[in-house]
Amino acid sequence: MDLNYSPEELAFRDEVRNWLRTNLPDDLCEKVANYQELDRDDYIRWHKVLAKKGWVAPEWPVEWGGKDWTVVQRYIFEEECGFAGCPPLIPFGLKMCAPVLLQFGTAEQKHRFLPRIYNGDDFWCQGYSEPGSGSDLASLKTSAVRQGDDYIVNGQKIWTTMAQFADWIFCLVRTDANSGKKQQGISFLLMDMKTPGITVRPLVLMDGGNEVNEVFFDDVRVPAENLVHKEGDGWTVAKYLLGYERMNTGRIGVSKRELAHLKELAAQQMKDGKPLIEDPRFRDKLSRVEVELMALEITNLRFLDQLRGGRTPGAEVSLLKIKGTEIQQALTELMVQMAGPFAQPFKPIDAGDFDYFTAGLTPRYCNFRKTTIYAGSNEIQRNIIAKMSLGL
Amino acid sequence: MNFDYTEEQQLLANSVKQFLAKDYTFEARKAILQSAAGYSEQVWATFAEMGLLGLPFASEYGGFGGNAVDLMPVMEAIGEGLVVEPYLATVGLGGRFVVRGGTSAQKKAILPALIEGKLKLAFAQTERGARYNLAHIAARAKKSSNGYVIDGEKGVVIHGPCADKLIVSVRTARNETDAQGISLFLIDQNAPGVSLKTYRTVDNLRAADIRFSGVTVPIDALIGKEGEALPLIEEVVDYATALLCAEAVGAIKYASDATLEYLKTRKQFGVPIGSFQALQHRMVDMMISYEQAQSMACLACVKVDSADAVERRRVVSAAKIKIADACRHVSQESVQLHGGMGMTEELKVSHTFRRLTTIAQTFGDADHHLERFAACE
Repeated sequence: MDLNYSPEELAFRDEVRNWLRTNLPDDLCEKVANYQELDRDDYIRWHKVLAKKGWVAPEWPVEWGGKDWTVVQRYIFEEECGFAGCPPLIPFGLKMCAPVLLQFGTAEQKHRFLPRIYNGDDFWCQGYSEPGSGSDLASLKTSAVRQGDDYIVNGQKIWTTMAQFADWIFCLVRTDANSGKKQQGISFLLMDMKTPGITVRPLVLMDGGNEVNEVFFDDVRVPAENLVHKEGDGWTVAKYLLGYERMNTGRIGVSKRELAHLKELAAQQMKDGKPLIEDPRFRDKLSRVEVELMALEITNLRFLDQLRGGRTPGAEVSLLKIKGTEIQQALTELMVQMAGPFAQPFKPIDAGDFDYFTAGLTPRYCNFRKTTIYAGSNEIQRNIIAKMSLGL
Repeated sequence: MNFDYTEEQQLLANSVKQFLAKDYTFEARKAILQSAAGYSEQVWATFAEMGLLGLPFASEYGGFGGNAVDLMPVMEAIGEGLVVEPYLATVGLGGRFVVRGGTSAQKKAILPALIEGKLKLAFAQTERGARYNLAHIAARAKKSSNGYVIDGEKGVVIHGPCADKLIVSVRTARNETDAQGISLFLIDQNAPGVSLKTYRTVDNLRAADIRFSGVTVPIDALIGKEGEALPLIEEVVDYATALLCAEAVGAIKYASDATLEYLKTRKQFGVPIGSFQALQHRMVDMMISYEQAQSMACLACVKVDSADAVERRRVVSAAKIKIADACRHVSQESVQLHGGMGMTEELKVSHTFRRLTTIAQTFGDADHHLERFAACE
C-alpha cells in the first residue's frame, strides 16, 4: 500500500501547478476566490487559454485534441485547477455534448461540432429537466414531431444553466408519445439557440444571481440532421452520459482551497479577544469537515486506483458526489458563521466603502444548496447506490 | 499510489479469515467467552503457528519484519470475527513498546517468547481522572538501592488478567500531568505487591484494575530512559490506535454486511424490508461510513510508521475522529435496522455493537482527538 503519487505523477503535478501559476489570469482567480459572479467572457477567456495549451479536453481521444493522460493525471489536473482557483470549465459542451458525439455522433456531426466545442467557439447548455420532470427525467414531455427534413419542437425546459449565454442546446425530447415505457420514444436533439421560437426566461435564485433559466420552445424547426443517435433511443444516450467520468465529482481541490481560506479568515476574526479558530465550538465543526475531506480524498484515490487497475468502481462512486457536496455545503455554512453579523450585508445602496467579500458569503451559501439537488439529487444518488451497488 | 494488499498480505489475510470462519464461529466464540480465562490458549497457539504473533517483529527474534499496513488485514479480520484474544495488547502495544524502547537484552528476553505464543503483555496506563491524557500519571517509582519501588493504581488494563508481564507507566519525577518525569517499567503480573481486581468489559474482553503496593523491580525493568517515556508512550499508543482503526473497519464491515443481508431477507407487509426507501438510504449511509472509515484506517496505518511526530499525531487523530463517528453511526444503525432482534444477545450484531461502542472511546474519543487534531497546526 502506497498513498503517494509516483515520481512521474508528481512531476506532472508540478508542471500543471507551475503552468497555472503563470497562465491563470489574476483577475479571474480573484473573482473565483471572492465569489464574484463570472460572466460569459470570463468563462470563455479561461476556456481559450486552456484550449491554446491543449489542456481543455484531456479526456477526449487524441485525434480530437485529447491528451493521452492516465485517470490519475486527469484527476491531478482537475484538482490542481480547483486548488489554484481557476474558473470552472462549463461542462455542457466539453464533458457532456462532446462525449455523446464521440460515442453516438455521425462523422459529419463530429467534424461540425467538436472543433468548435474544443476551441470555445460555441457555448453550450443542457436541456434535460422540465417543470414536471426532475428526478423522474424519463417522464419528459417536450415534443419533437418529424415534418419532412425537420423536427418541430414544442415544450419547456427548466433549470437550464447559463442558457442566456448559450449558442447551442442539447435536449432530450419526446419523438414518440405512444411508446410503451416512458424511457422509450425519447431522442437526443441539438438546437441552435438562435432558432426562431426559442425563448429564454431567467430564473433568479435566492442568491440574486441568474444562473439558471427556463427555455420555451414554440414550433421550433430543427433540421433532422441535428438528431444524435437513433430516433427514440435517446435514453441510451442519457444513461451513457450519467456513467461518464464521475471521478471528479468530489471537487476536492476546490474544497481544500476553501478550507485553507476559511482557516485563514477564522484566524483573523476575533471573538472575545481571541481568534475565532481557537473557539472550541467553531474549531470542532471546522475539524470535522477537514477530516471528512481527508477521508474523501483517500476514498477518491482508492476508486481511481481501482479504475486504473481495470476495475471500474460501481455505483458507489455516487458517494463521491454525496460526500463532496456535503463538504462543499458545510464549508459555505462555516464561512457564513465565520463572518457573524457581517454576513448580512448584500449590496451597497450609497456610495462608500463596502466589503464585497463578506457580502458574497451568504449568497454563496444560498447558491450552494443547489449542489445536493443538481446532477441527480443526493437522494437519487442514494437510490442508485442502493439499487446498483447494494442490490436492494 | 496503490491501495491493494500485496499477495503475501492477501494470503495471510485469507488464511486468518479461513481459520476464523472455521474455528472461530459465533458459537465457538461464545464458549470462549464463558470459559474461566475468557480467551482461548488454543486459538493463541494457532495465531503463533500462523505467524501472526511475529508479524511486525524483526526476523532475528523470529518475526517477519512487517509494518502497520501488514497488520491491517489481520486487524480487520480480528474486527470482523470479534476476536477476544489479546492480540492488540500483546503485539500492537506491549511488543511495540519493547521494539521501540527496549534494550537489546529486553528484546531478546521478550520478543522470541511473545512470538512463540508463550508470553502475553498488557499496557497499564489509565488512572482515575486522567481520561485520555497520557501524561496524567500519579503512580510512582522511587529509586532504591538496586532498582525501583513502585506504588500506584491503574484502571481498565485490557487483557491484564492474562498478561504475563505488564508495561506500566509511572512517575519517577515531577507531578501529575507533567510531560517530563514519566517512566515505563516491565513488571511481572504475578510479582509480589501486584494485585488485580478482574472483570469483564461490556464487549466481553477481560480487564483488571491493578494496584501496585511497594513492588520492587530491578533497574533493567526500565524501558527507555528514566523520566522521558512520554514521547514513546504517545508513539506506541498512536501505533495501536491506527491498528485499532483497522479492527474497527472489520467490525463495521460485519455490522454493515449483516444488516444488508437482513434487509434482503426479513419480510414485512409481504416484501423484504430492504425495498423500503427509508431503510435503503440509511443502509447506503452505513456503506458510506464504512468506505470513509476504511480510507482513514489506510491513511493512519500508512502514516503511523513513516510520518514525523506532528504529521503522525494529526493523521492518527483524524482517523480516530472519523472511526469513532463511524463506530457509533454504523453500530446504532445496525441495531435499529435489525429491529428487536438486533438487541438480543443471540445475534452477533449486538456483540459488534458493544465492541464498536468501546472502540469509539478507546485511546481517546472523538472529542479528545478533535482537540489534539486542532493542536497539530
